Amino acid sequence: MQIPYVVDTRPDTGLYNGKLGVWLFLASEVMLFGGLFSAYVLLRMGAPVWPRHALNVPMAAMNTAVLIASSMTMVMAWASLKMRQWTRARGYLAATLFFGAIFLVVKFFEYSEHLRAGENPAHSMFFAIYYTLTGVHMLHLIAGMLAIAYFLGPGARMMRQAPEQFTNRIEAVGLYWHFVDLIWIFLFPTLYLV
Amino acid sequence: MTPNEPVVPDVRRYLLVFAALLVLTIVTVAISALDLGRHAAIAIAIGIATVKASLVAMVFMHLSHERRWLLWSMGAIGIFILGLLFWPAWDIAERLSR
Amino acid sequence: MFSLDHKVIGIQYLITGFLFLLFGFALMTLMRWQLAYPLQPIPFVGNLFGPERAPGGIMLPEFYNQLGAMHGTVMVFLATVPIIVGGFGNFLVPLQIGAPDMAFPKLNMLSYWSFVVGGIVMLVSFFVPGGAAQSGWTSYPPLADIMPIGQTIWLFGMVFLITSSLLGAINFIVTIVQLRTPGMTWMRLPYFVWAQFVSAFLLLLAFPPLEVAAILQLMDRIAGTSFFLPSGLVVSGQIVTGLTGQAAGRLASGGGNPLLWQHLFWFLGHPEVYVLILPAMGIVAEIIANNTRRPLWGYRAMVSSAVFIGFMSLIVWAHHMYITGMGTTLAAFFQTTTMIISIPSVIILTSLFVSLWGASIRFTTPMLFALAFLPMFGIGGLTGLPLGLAGSDTQLHDTYYVIAHFHYVVAPGTIFAMFAGVYYWYPKATGRQMNTVLGTIHFWGSFVCMNLIFMPMFLQGLGGMNRRLYDGGLQYLHNAEFLKWHIPISMAAWTLGLFQIPFLLNFFGSIKWGTAVGQNPWNATTLEWSAPSPARHGNFERPPVVRRPAYEYSVPGAPRDFTPQDAD
Repeated sequence: MQIPYVVDTRPDTGLYNGKLGVWLFLASEVMLFGGLFSAYVLLRMGAPVWPRHALNVPMAAMNTAVLIASSMTMVMAWASLKMRQWTRARGYLAATLFFGAIFLVVKFFEYSEHLRAGENPAHSMFFAIYYTLTGVHMLHLIAGMLAIAYFLGPGARMMRQAPEQFTNRIEAVGLYWHFVDLIWIFLFPTLYLV
Repeated sequence: MTPNEPVVPDVRRYLLVFAALLVLTIVTVAISALDLGRHAAIAIAIGIATVKASLVAMVFMHLSHERRWLLWSMGAIGIFILGLLFWPAWDIAERLSR
Repeated sequence: MFSLDHKVIGIQYLITGFLFLLFGFALMTLMRWQLAYPLQPIPFVGNLFGPERAPGGIMLPEFYNQLGAMHGTVMVFLATVPIIVGGFGNFLVPLQIGAPDMAFPKLNMLSYWSFVVGGIVMLVSFFVPGGAAQSGWTSYPPLADIMPIGQTIWLFGMVFLITSSLLGAINFIVTIVQLRTPGMTWMRLPYFVWAQFVSAFLLLLAFPPLEVAAILQLMDRIAGTSFFLPSGLVVSGQIVTGLTGQAAGRLASGGGNPLLWQHLFWFLGHPEVYVLILPAMGIVAEIIANNTRRPLWGYRAMVSSAVFIGFMSLIVWAHHMYITGMGTTLAAFFQTTTMIISIPSVIILTSLFVSLWGASIRFTTPMLFALAFLPMFGIGGLTGLPLGLAGSDTQLHDTYYVIAHFHYVVAPGTIFAMFAGVYYWYPKATGRQMNTVLGTIHFWGSFVCMNLIFMPMFLQGLGGMNRRLYDGGLQYLHNAEFLKWHIPISMAAWTLGLFQIPFLLNFFGSIKWGTAVGQNPWNATTLEWSAPSPARHGNFERPPVVRRPAYEYSVPGAPRDFTPQDAD
């Protein structure tokens, strides 16, 4: 007996297994970042002072736009696969990686700026939570980039051999990628703007 | 083998949402430069973020196309998140106000 | 070793989990010596521990604390959950829903090995300078923040264990939602599957905040942050400084809040205990239905109760924090939700009791354990009520009363359900039946000993004896009249260990010498019994078609006193 609903959807749920799996994973990730935000709220409320304008807003705003663009290219990659346009799909996946890389580079400059000024995690509660929140987010971004790189590289064989299953996998990676963007959408105002 | 559910890609919609997200980003940065008082600033910033997040979830992540039960389930998670965000904050607020 | 078959993985979890169960038990036997005969050299093995743990065979307080913290950690995270969820869950859920395997077999294998790595990391922590974690299984800061490196290793171990549980939870939920065989509607599911379903959701949603807490504590210990270190913290007359790297020697920036850890920890901690009990109730339900030859009474109510418990368990957590000085509004909210959550638990227990009414009970070995579960869980549950109310909890918090309460639920509760499950499903896994005489001895010995161990602890707790005292409360005058209980409790604990020997002999011996049986030796109705014993890879030749609910026993007019779910 084969495991059913790997590629085709189960009629009563409307999902294939991988999609439900990713949504459940995202639910747990929501709780993870929820816990981090909860820590932020608790610590900020208890703090006698909280710095404003300590971070580089323009850099981060640009990074926000970069991630949004990467979400766009990610969904276009899946759309291209749905329309069986293989080369376009690969192009969009590469673009997503590109935007991800830009985000990391900008983050690198941001971190360097702060560390040079002696603003490391031990410096203050604000920087402690700043590095933790953005650091965990960044790790998630890198994991997503590794997944996309895999499907551009060694995993690309499946694109020809089992196109529907490959499309599903890209959809799953896409859901995860959009989630990483979604978290930044909340992180950006929380850390930089208020 | 039954074909996949037709979650048909709607490229125009994606482009519209993309533009909206960029605009909202500019808006939220601009508003943050105004001096509105801390509580209003937080409420507006988080409010705009929620709108942006909903667009990403509903359109990019196709939640609007999925069956209702998935939407409701994800919504239910929201209750627990709110609990985790709210109750510890209330705890601290109560202790600080003594 | 790296099999993708859910049955193999299930047995791997079961065996590994039982090894950790024995290890956790061994830790406790050492603790019980110190409590019964404080500051006297440990017999037989005392000199094996070396001068940093037990110079001259006499246990140091630090070592006692390590034993305590690790006993809890091992029993909760390395033994019980892996056995009832990873072991029984993995083995049975696909079989009971008529699926060929779990939805993601590779993920399943990864989950198991992540658990093993986490377990090894935890074991290694005993051998580093300063020893293992020693701040309770709850690892409260500021203490945990400033303890030796064993605590850091504990945190890394937890990351592996949490990862294992999260991946496993995803697998269980997708399997149950997507892979049910035709005809297996939600209300025809065996109760065991419902229990696993709800537990999986709890693991999925509640573990991440603990992962956050672990990350924050790691940052405190390694990166010099002070998430949990309040400003101006003084320990042993010295102001606390950062521990490592750039932060070493500099004043901790302070501003941290130990309560943050407590909120994040108990957000997991409370749902975790429902993960400990729900699958156990599932096991007991299966065995009771089978050995009463009647359907479960109140199946629908039991299902709704399980789902309701799952939901509520995520909003009761701060009842572990009543004595932190929390305000009355918060306390009122959490007392209310805590009282409410006791109702579905009572519904489930009552349904199981009523299921016995008018039944012709077969006193098989699994049934002995399942029957004992009922009153034992009853005692555990009822004694939880004074803890759930802030007023009485003020007196009882952190005393031996708490220890007695939760051990009643987990030890003659969950662990008895585990034993019941082993005796019950052993034929499905091996094709042989375990010996009844050895099983009966195992049961009665364990039952008597468990009660002798934990009942007196209620008295000690009511008398105000604090938990986690390395000398068993010897130093405090108010404990004087309760100290005498330590010795009989310890005797009972060691005897309990002896009574596990018949079980071990039975378990391993029956593989070779047990009576060979066919595919359905208990005449049960659920789908796993329609597969061969032992079941083969892929479980069923073709998907079984389910035509009736899960417990069609003694149906009037039926040819036999049971009708399998997939019979024509």
